[in-house]
Amino acid sequence: MNSIFIATYLALKEVIRNRGRFLMVALVIALITVLVLFIAALGEGLSDANRQYVANLDAQLIVFLEKSDYSITASRLETNTVKAVRRLEGVADAGPIYTSNSEIVSLPEPLKISMLGVEAEKPGMPPLVDGRYFRGGEAREAVMDMSVAQRTGLQIGDEIEIRSTQGTEDEFYKLKIVGLVDKQAYFFQPTIFVPAATWELMRPQPEADLNSDTPYPNIVAVKLEDPTQVEAMKLLLVERVPNIEVADIETTINNIPGYTAQQGTVQTQAVFTLLIGILVIGGFFQIQILQKVPQIGVLKAIGSSNYVVGLSAVIQIIIVTAMGVGIGATLNYLFSLGLPPTIPLAFNGTRSLFAIVLLLFIGPLGGLVSIIYAVRIEPLKALRLG
Amino acid sequence: MSDVALEVRDLVKSFSLDGATINAVDQVSFQVKFGEFVALVGPSGSGKTTMLSILAALLTPTSGQVLIDGQDLSKMSEKERVKLRREKIGFTFQSNNLIPYLSARENVEFMLRLNGKLDHASRIRSDELLARLGLAERLHNLPAQMSGGQQQRVAIARALIHNPALVLADEPTASLDTERAFQVVETFANLIHENGRAGIIVTHDLRMCQFVDRVLQMQDGKLVRVYETKKEIKDLVSAAVH
Repeated sequence: MNSIFIATYLALKEVIRNRGRFLMVALVIALITVLVLFIAALGEGLSDANRQYVANLDAQLIVFLEKSDYSITASRLETNTVKAVRRLEGVADAGPIYTSNSEIVSLPEPLKISMLGVEAEKPGMPPLVDGRYFRGGEAREAVMDMSVAQRTGLQIGDEIEIRSTQGTEDEFYKLKIVGLVDKQAYFFQPTIFVPAATWELMRPQPEADLNSDTPYPNIVAVKLEDPTQVEAMKLLLVERVPNIEVADIETTINNIPGYTAQQGTVQTQAVFTLLIGILVIGGFFQIQILQKVPQIGVLKAIGSSNYVVGLSAVIQIIIVTAMGVGIGATLNYLFSLGLPPTIPLAFNGTRSLFAIVLLLFIGPLGGLVSIIYAVRIEPLKALRLG
Repeated sequence: MSDVALEVRDLVKSFSLDGATINAVDQVSFQVKFGEFVALVGPSGSGKTTMLSILAALLTPTSGQVLIDGQDLSKMSEKERVKLRREKIGFTFQSNNLIPYLSARENVEFMLRLNGKLDHASRIRSDELLARLGLAERLHNLPAQMSGGQQQRVAIARALIHNPALVLADEPTASLDTERAFQVVETFANLIHENGRAGIIVTHDLRMCQFVDRVLQMQDGKLVRVYETKKEIKDLVSAAVH
């Protein structure tokens, strides 16, 4: 007990008496923390922007066209696939999803969006947070995602105009916003949802497609009666419905173009930043210990145990790391309050928490060498180096 | 309790250097009683520092025995030696004596803290001791804010505060001018006598011997001569002055 008390006493006294020096290191750690948390938030934000819609689907399986390699853009299904899927035993419901890009031009600054065609109240259509669903048929109505509202200030009841290149002509269509959904970004773009027939009419398409009014869904979202039967249902679907392949949600997300590569890049950056943190803290404490050899010799010569000396070093490192991470996390929080919604940063993820815990560990890890060094200093140094 | 604080019997410490064995301490025996202040002198390389390191339980001898307050060092584990250093030995070193981030008072109190004996009474004793050493105004100063002499005096207070059996001082005057050096060693001698501790001062400056009760002279690791009477010591000191 007395040892812990003495070690804490020494550690605190040294930090307080050399507060300038320790504060500098804490600030370096704070900057590293800000960087790591930003990268974590960027990873979270980018991945959100990319996968949000798919991740939040009220479905367990996604049906793709055979040999499309689970690529949503490459997949185009027969119109009767939805019916075939719905008929299957074990399937609670299924909804077609039609994807395309579009642009809202009735704004001071045009906004590129993902325009998704879905059936109201079927899998694929997210739950409303406000307003109502669009009517069916070719209704000129749309439900927008919160991200559209945040960026444009559009409200339910507003009318928007979208531009679509069809054949060689630019066509303009008017849509009325009737409903609002949240957290449905897809493919880095804010999303609007429209009825399938409206989608077919308005989507950008080549000359050849203009003669056909039949919409072909890219994928079908399948909601199972028993969500635990994912694997069995996957096999059953492939067996019973012709020309399809089936993936679970996670596989679908990982096959969104660029998703895996992007997350890999962000994670590599995060790992390297942490490594730099370990090196900085390790370097600082190692240099400090080297300067302190005579005084640690004295401490040991007058009867402090290795335990006290080592523990004191550990406590110091923890104090400095905790201070740095605390300052960094606070700075980060303040930054996050002032960020515009267009920057894909998401701070509320478990990633941020994970990063903070990880950062608290890098201090002691970086200082490990110096702690071992401190414990090994011989008390004889007090006499010989004098 | 015996009146012998330190007993050294047939002490040998050998090092091997380029294949040859050198005895840094060679068959040394002596005793120091409580209340006795002894100087260990000799030219550099005579084995003084090695001797001191062994007495301080920092270095293990090749053979022979060291008994501090009746406890045999050779029979102790490293842990027990740490405890012995903390409880039975007081130290002052040539330099880098003090913990740089502790004030004068905290440095002295640290010794009490280590021994779990820091309380109201011992705090007062610590302040009194520092005042006795002329540091009443310096209690809150960090080592860097004090002169070399003041630092040495703080170190002396630290070496005595926990009432150790043996007080060891390694060249305490090395970085001081003559007048300060005399002051420091004289105060040291007085405190050793008053408190009934056994004191050993290692020095190459024979003039400091005027304050001690006995002088042990070492050469090539051997104890070559002991000056015991007042006259012998006086002659040694005056020979050094001229």
